[in-house]
Amino acid sequence: MIVADKKPIEEIIETIKDHQSILVLGCNECVTVCEAGGKKEVGILASALRMHFLQQGREVNIAERTLERQCDHEYLEEIRDIIDDYDAVVSIACGVGVQFMAEKYQSKPIYPGVNTLFMGVTEARGVWTERCQGCGQCILASTGGICPVSRCAKRIFNGPCGGSASGKCEVDKELECGWQLIIDRLKALGRMDDYENISPLKDWSTDRAGGPRKVVREDVEL
Amino acid sequence: MSTNTPSKLEKILTAGHLAVTSECGPPRGSDPEVITEKANLIKDHVDAINVTDNQTSMTRLCSLAACIRLKLMGVEPVLQMVTRDRNRIALQSDILGAASFDIHNILCLSGDHQSFGDCAQGQNVHDIDSMQLIQTVRHMRDDGKFLGGDDIKRPPQMFVGAAANPFADPYEIRVPRLAKKIAAGVEFIQTQCIYNLDKFEDWMKKVCDRGLNEKVYILAGLTPMKSAGMARYMKNRVPGMDVPDDIVKRMADTPKEKQAQEGIDICVEAIQRLKEVKGVSGFHIMAIEWEEKVPEIVERAGLHPRPSVN
Amino acid sequence: MRLSYPTSIKIIRVPCTGKVDILHIMRSFEKGADGVYVVGCREGDCHYNSGNFRARKRVEQAQQLLDTIGIGGHRVRMCNLSSSDGPLFVKYAQEMHEKILEAGPNPIKLAKKKAKAA
Repeated sequence: MIVADKKPIEEIIETIKDHQSILVLGCNECVTVCEAGGKKEVGILASALRMHFLQQGREVNIAERTLERQCDHEYLEEIRDIIDDYDAVVSIACGVGVQFMAEKYQSKPIYPGVNTLFMGVTEARGVWTERCQGCGQCILASTGGICPVSRCAKRIFNGPCGGSASGKCEVDKELECGWQLIIDRLKALGRMDDYENISPLKDWSTDRAGGPRKVVREDVEL
Repeated sequence: MSTNTPSKLEKILTAGHLAVTSECGPPRGSDPEVITEKANLIKDHVDAINVTDNQTSMTRLCSLAACIRLKLMGVEPVLQMVTRDRNRIALQSDILGAASFDIHNILCLSGDHQSFGDCAQGQNVHDIDSMQLIQTVRHMRDDGKFLGGDDIKRPPQMFVGAAANPFADPYEIRVPRLAKKIAAGVEFIQTQCIYNLDKFEDWMKKVCDRGLNEKVYILAGLTPMKSAGMARYMKNRVPGMDVPDDIVKRMADTPKEKQAQEGIDICVEAIQRLKEVKGVSGFHIMAIEWEEKVPEIVERAGLHPRPSVN
Repeated sequence: MRLSYPTSIKIIRVPCTGKVDILHIMRSFEKGADGVYVVGCREGDCHYNSGNFRARKRVEQAQQLLDTIGIGGHRVRMCNLSSSDGPLFVKYAQEMHEKILEAGPNPIKLAKKKAKAA
């Protein structure tokens, strides 16, 4: 899933303080699972904003809505009838949702209510960790299913670097060394011989380095 | 072995001498005197001088410019180059820049993470890694081509080195990792500072068992300690460093005013022991901000005078 | 025992304090409550193991949020007691009652009145 974290409410207040009628818009997908931008978080944020503005002597209309997804036309269309009741939207979907909203409703100010972080997993209740950076050319087959791009602080393809100590990364003693994980996996798979294969220079043109990316599938296009 | 480059370091190693290298950290400013003064302190006692590339991610005068300074004063530089700060365009470009001044040695590194330095909020590049940088330099030199495939007019002639840390984890891949660097094309290795001699000798034995000592020159890395405080700091704070308790104790048990001398003694004793170790082709003495002690260490270790080669 | 506690307190029963969400606390203040306290089982005695620990964390989060928006986190409190401990229940109720008297009314009530008048 795409993992996001709540923005400090002070920051949200600062961005929306001049508006009179605001829609707080959540998303039922990833940000609901990582408890940053689902229906519940919409309720808490809206309630806090209402109380904040009342305290300031302003009765700002703060409405709540949560869409199935903010990354698909059909769900974003659901608010076309009501969007003009508000003079701004705080979207607490991931950065994708915020942008798609902005594209669809050209003249409506859209503000992000979360910081979008990474593609990751729920490692434990309340703990989410990164697994993928979408480099566009998956090499997990040769690294035992552990990704050096997302799990190594230096995205080293032929690791580990000299900073790996007791299985932890030099950047943070709590952080697992991605290459230790790769080696552990290769060992478990009985494939340690593969360790000595040198990974060639990576083609980063499929990564963000190549510019905004696009997938077109003729077989599913209408 | 015959030489592949005009590198003086390569010639000395090929002739079978124990090589001695040292390093200079460039200043955090633009005063060229800092580099030339440091170099003057040690130039008659070493075969080549490494210039570090923004070590520990602290922004400094660039390694390339400092290497050019050394070259202009007739000292053999080893250009350290990290993959943290430059993409493959900049790396190749700097290699050519160095080659234009006939800098004949390069040390390929990934570099400490930027979070250790003064620009922790900066981006890191890591377009390629140290292993791939070795391949890149060899490709430029041996095939005379850019990574993009075009011919290089007057290709670089560089003796290619890399670092090895026998003490980092996981230990079991320390020898395979060296083999990998050799397969990538590395010709000399400068190791991490050695304090745990037993562990280093164990690593060297495994290196020799695989015959890797025949394929690469290994320079044992040493850093004299100035104080018991530094020993403790190296033990506890520096990533990938292995300082045994008895070394820390020996420093701590020495009266404060004599600790610096004790540190030099430990270093000299280590060199004398390691000279006898099979596979050790020389020494890389990293006297951090203590360059003036290098001549004493080299002389007492019986490594002076340095051989002359053509 | 027929103990009495301040009449200002309105009890909302939940199956376990683990059921109480920040949202419930926030809504209470929005609707004009002057204070909210969550009374759970003693720590370690939760029938669902960790319900009251979760409640404590949520209370802490609500405190932070209420501090940020100027309502005041001191208006929220987590208490723990055994279900048979009537006197302690009364003690907590009195403490809370006094604390809220000291804190004064929820500023939202005032703000709402002003907004209506204007």
